[in-house]
Amino acid sequence: MCGHDILRESAAIRSVVALSGQGAGIYDDLTVSENVVFAMRMSGLAVDPAQLRSVIDEVGLGAERDERARHLSAGMRRRIVLAQIRLRPLRLLLLDEPYTSFDDEGVAYVNGVIRSMRERGGSAVIVTHDADRVREVADRTLRLDSGLIDGAEPPGTDALPGRPPHLRLTSHA
Amino acid sequence: MPDVVWRRELGRVLAVARKDLAIERRSKATLNAVIFFAALTLLLFGFALGADTSAMRDAAAGVLWLTVLFSGVLVFNRSYQLELEAQSLESLLLYPGERRAIFLGKLLANLAIVFVVEVVTVPAAGILYQVPFWPHLIPLIGVLLLGSIGFVGLGTFYAAIASRVRSREVLLPLLLFPMLVPVLIAAVEATTAILAGDPMGNSGAWVRLLAAFDAIFLVAAFFAFEYVIGD
Amino acid sequence: MTDATQQRTAPATEVIPPRRTVLGWAAFAFLAVSQLIAVRLSPPDRDMGHLQKIMYVHVPAAWSSLIAVVVVAATSSVLYLWKREEKYDLLAASAAEVGVVLMSLTIILGSIWGRPTWGTWWAWDARLTSMAVLLLIFIGYLALRAATDDEDRRARWSAAVAILGAINAYVVYMSVRWWRTLHQIQSSPATVDPAYVIGLRLNAIAFLLLMIYFVSERYRTARLERATERALEDQALSRRGGGEGGGGGK
Repeated sequence: MCGHDILRESAAIRSVVALSGQGAGIYDDLTVSENVVFAMRMSGLAVDPAQLRSVIDEVGLGAERDERARHLSAGMRRRIVLAQIRLRPLRLLLLDEPYTSFDDEGVAYVNGVIRSMRERGGSAVIVTHDADRVREVADRTLRLDSGLIDGAEPPGTDALPGRPPHLRLTSHA
Repeated sequence: MPDVVWRRELGRVLAVARKDLAIERRSKATLNAVIFFAALTLLLFGFALGADTSAMRDAAAGVLWLTVLFSGVLVFNRSYQLELEAQSLESLLLYPGERRAIFLGKLLANLAIVFVVEVVTVPAAGILYQVPFWPHLIPLIGVLLLGSIGFVGLGTFYAAIASRVRSREVLLPLLLFPMLVPVLIAAVEATTAILAGDPMGNSGAWVRLLAAFDAIFLVAAFFAFEYVIGD
Repeated sequence: MTDATQQRTAPATEVIPPRRTVLGWAAFAFLAVSQLIAVRLSPPDRDMGHLQKIMYVHVPAAWSSLIAVVVVAATSSVLYLWKREEKYDLLAASAAEVGVVLMSLTIILGSIWGRPTWGTWWAWDARLTSMAVLLLIFIGYLALRAATDDEDRRARWSAAVAILGAINAYVVYMSVRWWRTLHQIQSSPATVDPAYVIGLRLNAIAFLLLMIYFVSERYRTARLERATERALEDQALSRRGGGEGGGGGK
């Protein structure tokens, strides 16, 4: 995956993958700032306070910077994750229902993050039921229906009707 | 390990430790409860031993360490509980670098918390059991340190397992306490000797045993953690 | 460095090992003969009388329990963590179970022996006490396995517990022994008189054979259980999806 062997070089891979699921690892008792800083430190990055402020403002959490995550709505908590993703040098995103709890502005930001990832040469794998919102950023689409992949949407699709779902990740430019 | 990598890993260890301690400081969930539980345990042991002052004095070191063990064990599961509640275990494991940094970070945080508990418990035991700890403060702190490191090291390790399994409240003590028998014996013997002014110079041998135990099991737990923390 | 938890356990695909009936008969026969020899040929101990004969079961049981736990279970656990093959996990668990039974036997017999000798059921003898601690460590091992449903986790976690426990076996013994000499509680039974050595050695071999037999039978049962579980899983999956079951590869 991404040029590395999954089993033997997993440490190298982990520097390029992020996962945005339901709970998404936000600590209730830490503030927005602290949550983002934690993600950066765990990624081995130096924390630049100016950059931190600007990204937190970008995701629309400037006013809540020093609020504990416990006091924020679900949508705001997901924005914290967006800020974390934005600050880390990732090459592959795995996103699970990333549009949940976001208004149009939030959705636009998510798609922006996905686009800038692509511009940097990375990729995103998005699992969502929200076909409309993902359409504008999707290169390829696989539709899952009752456990089988059968849908096809332009352009090129890896449709394998009748076969059990099998995800093969290959590196592409 | 090259210098840059080493410093990055140290940063990760400290990040985990600071996060755990920040959360503990804000929520105050565990510390207060554990301290009160320790005080309660000291009282109960006092009642159980009877009103005889000399019996209490003889048993003081043993009671102290048992109290540390019984109350400290409450700290370890919570350390992983907070990850389970935040559903952050998966993300934690996905960060680049050594996952064992998580072990060391949590170990440091738990050690700090256990220390705070001891700072309260030792004087309390000294008062309740009429044992003079102040004159022997430095060697006592040494024994407390060595004993706690072994205790917290293994506790942090086994809690990574027990916290994710049913009947975790029972399973952690069941897994942890038999392993701590050498620590308990050595720490109690060393403490007893020190409190009596160490007339026969026994404490040195026990302290060395504690140090050896800590070294062996910190290394063993450190290496085994990689196999244990994952999904 | 290999990500230890990304590897799944390789299921044991080889043929189920056969019943070791011959070994079983041989082991029991050998035990019967050894016990006979030991009991008839050794004179009553001058202090303990016929009570001493309990040593011919107690000591070999102790030795084989230690081998089962510290050698077989721990080594198998190391092999499991290294090769990730299910069979090593099952072997470790089987050895641990047999070891727990043998350790319990050792302690009960030791206590029975102790009652007339020391006057109490328990005198905190160094060897018995440290064996009790080791027994608890491996009871914890079994409890952990019982409480974990996922096979992969169960295998990895119990392997770590077994290895750390086995490492501690000697440390526990040394600390308990020092502790006892310090407090000078009653001393252990004296070293064995040469007259008894033959009986002990024969029975030690007999118990070793028995232990091997029990472990291999238990292992066989464990393999059968896993094979059955897998067959049932495959059946359930194929009934649902039409064609081979199984999720995505990566």
